[in-house]
Amino acid sequence: MATMQFEMVTAERQLFAGEVDSIVAPGTAGELGILPHHAPLLTTLSPGELRFTQGGQEQSIAVTGGFLEVLDNRVTILADAAEQADEIVLERAEEAMRRAEERIAQRVSDMDLERAVAALRRAQVRVAVARRRRSRSPGPGPQAGAAE
Amino acid sequence: MPSLRQIRRRIRTVQNTGKITRAMEMVAAVKMRRAQQATMAARPYAEKMAELLSHLAGMPSDEDPHPLLQNRPVERVTLVHMTPDRGLCGALPGNLNRRAGSFILEDNAGTPVSVVTVGRKGRDFMVRANREVQAVFDGLGDRPELMDIVPLARLIMDSFVSGETDAVFISFGQFVNTIVQRPTLQQLLPVVPAELAADKAVGYIYEPLPADVLDALLPRYVEMELYHAVLEGIASEQSARMVAMRNATDNASDLVKDLTLEANKVRQEAITNELLDIIGGTLTFQ
Repeated sequence: MATMQFEMVTAERQLFAGEVDSIVAPGTAGELGILPHHAPLLTTLSPGELRFTQGGQEQSIAVTGGFLEVLDNRVTILADAAEQADEIVLERAEEAMRRAEERIAQRVSDMDLERAVAALRRAQVRVAVARRRRSRSPGPGPQAGAAE
Repeated sequence: MPSLRQIRRRIRTVQNTGKITRAMEMVAAVKMRRAQQATMAARPYAEKMAELLSHLAGMPSDEDPHPLLQNRPVERVTLVHMTPDRGLCGALPGNLNRRAGSFILEDNAGTPVSVVTVGRKGRDFMVRANREVQAVFDGLGDRPELMDIVPLARLIMDSFVSGETDAVFISFGQFVNTIVQRPTLQQLLPVVPAELAADKAVGYIYEPLPADVLDALLPRYVEMELYHAVLEGIASEQSARMVAMRNATDNASDLVKDLTLEANKVRQEAITNELLDIIGGTLTFQ
């Protein structure tokens, strides 16, 4: 099966690099799926969940925005900030979401409101990603010995 | 001639100072390594971003260039002066300040320069020199994240776009190696995208429009440049401190050696004198 190179970097670190089968990314103009040998593409990303499959296993990463480039069967994502699903602590993400909601309810000034709304969107994405991961793998982790 | 006790006290003081400077040297070494790693970790992101920017900015367009790309006649200049927050790092703050000073007084002799400082050493210098300081950022710490740079980037971009300033430069300590940190001045705004090699031109599908992608990319690029300069500055600061503290530790142990020698001399002299007294005393009884 054809694969493509996938690399995901933020300003602070490299989050993922490897061969993947498919990617579903939250583009600004709508969610988009990318399969191997996609045409060259450059798009901006919205806060959302990025999913990709590697050897039949789906993984997800919460991104808060950034850029996605496809070139020569290589996909590069420059993320503003991103967290892999198993790094997210669900309770902390929910707490952040509540805080953001509170701040919006108080609405101090326009500038703060704008930031609070952005924070809320990010927190929502993180909570959603973390919940999906929980419901997907409650028991043992990756299936051991699964033949490719 | 100081007494034996005074010399011994002095030795203890110097030894204690040496312990402190040795500890500071080791702390600085660890922090320097971390700052270098952070610089390395940021590199793939920065390189990719520069590449994308070249692609986008190289596209033919009928419209006016993006506000952050606009070249205007330079009537006012802003300098972002990045320095360490703390001292005890050798000549580095002095060198940085001198470079910034010559930029203001010589390179831009006829142009008003307003200053934004990052770090206390530069702020103190600019205030002492009675320069107009537009904004002050300090306390970024040793491990800033990109998010910490955003307020600074926002301020600078706003004043450039609104026409308050026509060119923005950054001054920071470029980390060459542990021994050498080069005070560097670099143009930040207007952004000058690197020329794209002809064989690298690609017909991308843009989503949404190229202009929208450029709109999103440029501010990020500016933030990234600033972040990079801050990281370089931290690596420079820590390596300068490491070297300064190593020298201080070496000096301390040299000083201890000299003082010990002197203490021994004084001690032996005292013993000799006592012996002479005793011998002299016994001689008078004979």
